[in-house]
Amino acid sequence: MKSILLSTVAIAMTATFAMADGHSVVRMGTEGAYPPYNFINDAGEVDGFERELGDELCARAELTCEWVKNDWDSIIPNLVSSNYDTIMAGMSITDERDEVIDFTQDYFPPTASAYVAAAEGVDLEGGVVAAQTATIQAGYIAESGATLVEFATPEETVAAVRNGEADAVFADRDYLAPLVEAAGGELMFVGPDVPLGGGVGMGLRESDTELKEKFDAIITEMKADGSLNELLVKWFGEETAQY
Amino acid sequence: MFSYCTDPETLATLQWLTCYLTTGVHFSFYYSFLKVLGILAVTAPVALAFGFGGAMAARSSIAPLSWFGKGYIAIVRGVPDIAFFLFFVIALDQGFEWMRHQVLCPDWTDPIRQGNDFLVCPQAKLPLGSAPQVVHQTYAFGLAVITFALVFGAFAANVIFGAMRAVPRAQLETAEAYGMSPRQTFWRVLVPQMWVYALPGLSNLWQVLIKATPLLFLLGIEDVVYWARELGGTKTPQFTDYPHGDWRMWYFLALLIFYLFMTWGSEKILGRIMARLTRGQATSGGEAQRKAAA
Repeated sequence: MKSILLSTVAIAMTATFAMADGHSVVRMGTEGAYPPYNFINDAGEVDGFERELGDELCARAELTCEWVKNDWDSIIPNLVSSNYDTIMAGMSITDERDEVIDFTQDYFPPTASAYVAAAEGVDLEGGVVAAQTATIQAGYIAESGATLVEFATPEETVAAVRNGEADAVFADRDYLAPLVEAAGGELMFVGPDVPLGGGVGMGLRESDTELKEKFDAIITEMKADGSLNELLVKWFGEETAQY
Repeated sequence: MFSYCTDPETLATLQWLTCYLTTGVHFSFYYSFLKVLGILAVTAPVALAFGFGGAMAARSSIAPLSWFGKGYIAIVRGVPDIAFFLFFVIALDQGFEWMRHQVLCPDWTDPIRQGNDFLVCPQAKLPLGSAPQVVHQTYAFGLAVITFALVFGAFAANVIFGAMRAVPRAQLETAEAYGMSPRQTFWRVLVPQMWVYALPGLSNLWQVLIKATPLLFLLGIEDVVYWARELGGTKTPQFTDYPHGDWRMWYFLALLIFYLFMTWGSEKILGRIMARLTRGQATSGGEAQRKAAA
């Protein structure tokens, strides 16, 4: 068995491959669990605002792009070890992340985060608040004095409020809005909105400056010709912040 | 899938359900069951081979080989699985890419490690950046099998090592008295008799392996648990034709039935293998069979 494994490795190593230039296919990493930014549709494909924007960016840059799903927890480690080339996963631009990876300019304006609870009048300063692990919202709650409970997926943070494990959930307002609407009064926004983060941008490896400049230029172009605003309105509604 | 599925909101419950359960995303879910079964089917024999090799090495009379076998068993059993799955797989992947980089791009001057980034030349990427997603998935599948086999192989090696020592010494002495060489004694007397001692331990490992498959998501393989969580999550009407609340309980219930069924089936098959291996053995089980036949 070992010799079979070794010979497979040897074949893989010595086989010659057609030379491909730097980025013949750009692999786009996303989480697929954060509607409307990105989610899995009924057909089982990645869909959402970032899918549509990403495809448009690739079309204008004349690149072939492929979408890849990855767990939120390991989304940055897998980018830097080159398992994919970009992250478009509703990721806010922060200083901590900027030390590890690079961001394009924001394609979604700095967002408001909001609390959602099952009843009015919950204690947001001293109660239990759910947030997704390794997000700016989790960082904010940790410093607000409330007890933070973290979950690996956004879905679980909302479920924690429904089953009473947490008093409230703290997340991007745009993620919570459709859920509140569909809950028919069971869930409601409480407390003030909190502006957080420096907008959402596309994450790339720090060494990948050429690709970053390419996408940066196209985002500027899309901001100027209004097509980015059209996409924002389509996925987030009329009231959303625009450029 | 069905023609009446174009407007699910208007359908009665049963029809709605048939449409819901045949969406593309559900087929990904069903497909993940096959994926898990496939991984088990490939991993179990490979892990058994690793275990057999490890046990043979550990009881070898050549000292370095014996140290290697014992070291393998001790180290892998001591390291937590999750550390293996996070660290070892990334290291293995980068190791392959580094070797390919040395062979394929000898005149590459940039450093491979740039801060946090691990960069080899594009031709050395494994799989190639331009490869279709299927190739990436197959590669991840292969890495998963190797990692599982290494981890479970160490446990199997320990079980088999113990089983080989459990074979009565008198059996081996008899073989020697007949003039068999050590090699003949090992293959003709020791190995056929040790399985009956190894099987209870190996069947435990098999059950643990069945339940360990959710670790695969750490490697980016979308297994049954990932899809159950994804499909069971709340779906709002804006983003799907089939909105529903938190149905994770139902999906996990389906998984429970699947895993129970796997356990039940394995028990049946292992029981048969045990009966077959016991035949004619110098154990109480073998004695009971002789009495029943007489």
